[in-house]
Amino acid sequence: MGLADILQFLLFIILLTALTPLLGGLMVKIFEGQKNFLSKPLGWIERLAYRFAGIDASYEMTWKEYATSLMIFNIVGIVVVTMFQMIQWHLPLNPQGLTGVSWHSALNTAVSFITNTNWQGYSGEVTMSYLTQMMTLAVQNFVSAAVGMAVVIALTRGIARRSSRMIGNFWVDMTRGTVYVLLPLAVIFTLILVGQGVVQTFLPYLEVVTLEGLKQIIPLGPAASQIAIKMLGTNGGGFFNSNSSHPFENATALSNFLQMLSIFLIPAALTYTYGTITHARKHGWVIFSVMLALFVVFTSLSLVSEYTFNPVLGYAGVMEGKEVRFGVFNSVFFSSVTTSASCGAVNAMHSSLSPLSGGIAMLNMMLGEIIFGGVGAGLYGVLLFVLLTVFIAGLMVGRTPEYLGKKIEAPEMTMVILAILAPCATVLIGTGISVVTPTALSSLANKGPHGFSEILYAFTSAAANNGSAFAGLNANTIYYNLMLALVMFIGRFAVIVPVLAVAGSLANRKYSPPSSGTFEVDSVLFGILLVGVILIVGALTFLPGLSLGPIVEHLMMIKGQTF
Amino acid sequence: MKHLLAAIRINIFFMIFLGLGYPLVMTVISNGLFQDKADGSIISMDGKAMGSSLIGQKFEKAEYFWPRPSAIDYNPLPSGGSNLSLQSENLKRVVEERKRRLTAAHPESGEPPQDLLFTSASGLDPHISPAAARYQILRVAKARLLDPLKVTALVERHIEARQWGGFGEPTVNVLKLNIALDGMQEVK
Repeated sequence: MGLADILQFLLFIILLTALTPLLGGLMVKIFEGQKNFLSKPLGWIERLAYRFAGIDASYEMTWKEYATSLMIFNIVGIVVVTMFQMIQWHLPLNPQGLTGVSWHSALNTAVSFITNTNWQGYSGEVTMSYLTQMMTLAVQNFVSAAVGMAVVIALTRGIARRSSRMIGNFWVDMTRGTVYVLLPLAVIFTLILVGQGVVQTFLPYLEVVTLEGLKQIIPLGPAASQIAIKMLGTNGGGFFNSNSSHPFENATALSNFLQMLSIFLIPAALTYTYGTITHARKHGWVIFSVMLALFVVFTSLSLVSEYTFNPVLGYAGVMEGKEVRFGVFNSVFFSSVTTSASCGAVNAMHSSLSPLSGGIAMLNMMLGEIIFGGVGAGLYGVLLFVLLTVFIAGLMVGRTPEYLGKKIEAPEMTMVILAILAPCATVLIGTGISVVTPTALSSLANKGPHGFSEILYAFTSAAANNGSAFAGLNANTIYYNLMLALVMFIGRFAVIVPVLAVAGSLANRKYSPPSSGTFEVDSVLFGILLVGVILIVGALTFLPGLSLGPIVEHLMMIKGQTF
Repeated sequence: MKHLLAAIRINIFFMIFLGLGYPLVMTVISNGLFQDKADGSIISMDGKAMGSSLIGQKFEKAEYFWPRPSAIDYNPLPSGGSNLSLQSENLKRVVEERKRRLTAAHPESGEPPQDLLFTSASGLDPHISPAAARYQILRVAKARLLDPLKVTALVERHIEARQWGGFGEPTVNVLKLNIALDGMQEVK
């Protein structure tokens, strides 16, 4: 690690911090329906969408109606995406003549992309036709991210509004997020990526004869347009199997830097949007700072681990599963970004990271994807912890906790705890079942503790809607396709529905003005307390699991043992 | 029921608008601006495509610079890495074997740089480190009966610095270097 690497890291943080109020402020206008500089050039798309779908944009929904329309939208999406993959053989733009995808893989992939997970049991370049990638997977990359934004905006309204039963209109929030936030960013980013060498073409795969006279088939496709939204929407599903390590998906160090930045861009900006709408801008920055602090600490730990001498192989900073143009630093940096946000794109093979680096990737996900996290999902995830922190602080001084002028009572806390525990329980139960199921164990590529890590990683990644993998695990089997589809579904909607319930219940509350006993949420003290709650919940839940995998592996590495 | 209808219709709308319109428009603009890159940075010789400057190729002959080992043997369908744990017995064994072979082929070059010992993430890494290129100079020069100084000069010319002076790592593109190497001898 040299000076250039450190400067690049600082540049990343400076750019992220500078872009947060810019994009965050714009998103306030977009979601509040105020005029902004995008209204003119893009307004027609929004109006066309409402007309086409018969949506009344002025209509407001209760939380139940909001949640119902969200669920129906996503279930229709799952059905469409599953069927589309199974019949791709009969559809155009399939130059390689790829056959229909098996039902269980298609279902897994559909749930995966609808839930913003982008777990991939399949290999893109030998499974999905150009049309399938464009019309189903890339489209879900947009709308699943927009769904995340809609949920967090609904929650924001719930906190900002007083004595109201309504929290907004799901169709409107989702459409605005897609049309005004994701689409313009994706258009710009696509062109930058192509300029760096990412492919964007409808030509069929190209057969060449190499310099040494061997045959090589070079896969192509409309990749850049999909990769742009895959990063911006924190989806992470690669056009090609090896994801952002593939030279056609992430051609240069610059494209790599911008891909990392684009993962954090919207989740970071949403903290500003949230603070502005709830009239607690400083609180928004406290949340941003907590996320940034956790990110810097975990990334540093991961780097230290990766640069530690490995006595088994005799090197520090081992290049296994890494690309030369990125080197060790940018591979570890990317792994930390992608697992902090619920992106799941990878530019290095996480399975071949040093044991503790791989462990930190898992821990990032286990904390609930709240270190910037997924688009929308990261912020509503961290707000659950904020409510828990406020509640605990209230208990400590023995009074009803208040948060931004709203009393927090039993109905909200029940939902908060449900949303925090559901993904955790799913990870542990799923892993537990798998390690005693012979079919599940036969998919392992590595022995010993690393085999256990492969399974733990898979369930963590699915429940946290991340999508990255210790890819040695052969997950394209009926068992994993169905199990992980279920886990992804629970990990997404067992959080979203309670969050919307909290939104509805808070919207209904009267305003209670802050008093001398109100715990201030825009202080450093609150930030520290929030970090404490996040780490205690995450560590207590997952330390035993991590001990059996990455930590044992690390101890074996120190002693120079192999398995 | 009202919501089901809206859900179906808005799904259709986005599938047409974002699923067809967006990638088509992006392809047209990309082709206008960066046609060569959009189509895969293909390198052609005498009108025949012989590879992409971004996709690594397999080289085994003594007169060429060798790329990194590949878990997929440079067959891009599909791309991927070994996914082996660093503590795996398998990895240790293959790395020792690679080290033995490299040392035998480069008796005067010392320890092989580690990027030549470990497979890449994509299996298609088009680059090696400058150290890995320098490591192979003597062997290549010998196989081609060339002056090692000339090969050294060629290698140094092919080192690509960190992008914009700071991003990423210095690299050498193996395919471009090998093409230049062939070119050098034709002139001679």
